[in-house]
Amino acid sequence: MNAKKIDRIASFIIYTIVAAVILLLIAILGYILFNGVPDISWHFLTSSAQSFSAGGGIRDQLFNSLYLLVLTIIVSLPIGLGAGIYLSEYASDNWFTDLIRTSVEVLSSLPSVVVSLFGYLLFVIKLKLGFSILSGAIALTFFNLPLLTRNIEESLHNVPNLQREAGMSLGLSNWKTTTKIILPAALPGILTGLILSAGRIFGEAAALIYTAGQSAPTVDYSNWNIFSTNSFLNPMRPAETLAVHIWKVNTESVTPDANLISSASSAVLIIVILLFNLGARFLGNKLYKKITATK
Amino acid sequence: MNEYNLNESYITDIKEKLALSTQNVQVYYGKSQAIFDANLNFPRYKITALIGASGSGKSTFLRCLNRMNDKIATVDGEISYRGVNINSPSTNVYEVRKHIGMVFQRPNPFAKSISENITFALKNAGMKKKQDLEERLEQSLKGAALWDEVKDDLDKSALALSGGQQQRLCIARSIAMHPDILLLDEPASALDPISTSKIEETLKNLSKDYSIIIVTHNLQQASRISDYTAFLHLGHVIEYNSTVNIFTNPQMQATEDYVSGNFG
Repeated sequence: MNAKKIDRIASFIIYTIVAAVILLLIAILGYILFNGVPDISWHFLTSSAQSFSAGGGIRDQLFNSLYLLVLTIIVSLPIGLGAGIYLSEYASDNWFTDLIRTSVEVLSSLPSVVVSLFGYLLFVIKLKLGFSILSGAIALTFFNLPLLTRNIEESLHNVPNLQREAGMSLGLSNWKTTTKIILPAALPGILTGLILSAGRIFGEAAALIYTAGQSAPTVDYSNWNIFSTNSFLNPMRPAETLAVHIWKVNTESVTPDANLISSASSAVLIIVILLFNLGARFLGNKLYKKITATK
Repeated sequence: MNEYNLNESYITDIKEKLALSTQNVQVYYGKSQAIFDANLNFPRYKITALIGASGSGKSTFLRCLNRMNDKIATVDGEISYRGVNINSPSTNVYEVRKHIGMVFQRPNPFAKSISENITFALKNAGMKKKQDLEERLEQSLKGAALWDEVKDDLDKSALALSGGQQQRLCIARSIAMHPDILLLDEPASALDPISTSKIEETLKNLSKDYSIIIVTHNLQQASRISDYTAFLHLGHVIEYNSTVNIFTNPQMQATEDYVSGNFG
């Protein structure tokens, strides 16, 4: 067989595999959107869930998901940034940093149910945080931190070493070089990683079942006092998220329209995650252009 | 390639004022030694070229001179700058690098606008006034012969410039800090001939106000622009003399072989 023929066969096989993957993706997305989108209505998005009767919405779950996401990012981003900067810019290659990297990898491969149960024992029971958004956010931080750290480390690492030398040769300290030259150059990558991980947080259910809880108490959206028990901002209240809601509606719900709710919720979930992804690209590009002054 | 006695050397005495001098500088990468006993005096407001084949240690040596080898290699010996040994652990390396700037082999402008590339380090060093910054911006871009080409695009990204322009921007960025000494590590090796000659012209002009030490593997370049030349071979300084003498009347066999193109 000559080289040309082999090449053609190889290309054909690769294209087939890629096509299969894409078809599968389109099928899943199409199925969910096709089943769910017709049931999404303004009423569905803005009314609270019903336990027994039909016509319930997902207002609280949707808000909880977003609020949990914000809290998780607030908790995990500084830690991830610190760890990423340390690993990429400060740590020397020795057994200790190897250990850190291995630990980070092990952490990222922990099953989310295990993280959830661990969070339940430690935060909910031991530290008496109860089923709360805060417990959920910390559990999700465990879940999110490895990927975020990895992503930040890699984004920083991808900035050419010449940039560091340039900063150093001008008498800038390592810290100034890192924060003012390397970090801005790596920002688009970091942002993309952050928003992609936001998509994962948004869709996570298992890690939240035993930490943020499975109930969505009625909250007052006009109560801005973060310490008030019925405030929508209170991080100490239990909060069922959208993903948990889908799981729950499908397993133990008695509402007659459980099917409708779960398919519409799934569609909302997917649409939001898609928006995150598109937003990540858009923002990343925009930011890069702004920083590098390319118009 | 012939075997040479690496312990023999011919080092001329520099009678002019010195910008920088090194005594018994040794450099080790781990266990292997890259520079042996380098004793060189660099005259002020002159261009000194470091030449030698690949692996002769010329870049390694240059990087010692403003402590860019920290964390990479172990540097022993003394490097005297204004009577201070800047190779001692107690030296403030950031301060050293403000006085001894460096331009690298590949252009490495920051991913910022042209003007920010110049002003960033200045602001960091405490220059606040807009007027001062603008003045320094224009002055250094003119010094690097780039002003006329970019004066209307100061807010555009430095990454949009050509390679040669980027390299001159890097030179401008270095001289904006008003260093005493400018170290250049093969600054033209990644550039086309026209850009190269512009860089050389720029360096010639700059040598009125700066002491310049340049590593080059381009012998014509060394003979064109430098006043003094040091020839390094396998980590040893073999010969150091005025450029004219190095190229027309070399004292050592190795130097003669190298400048006449027999190896390297």
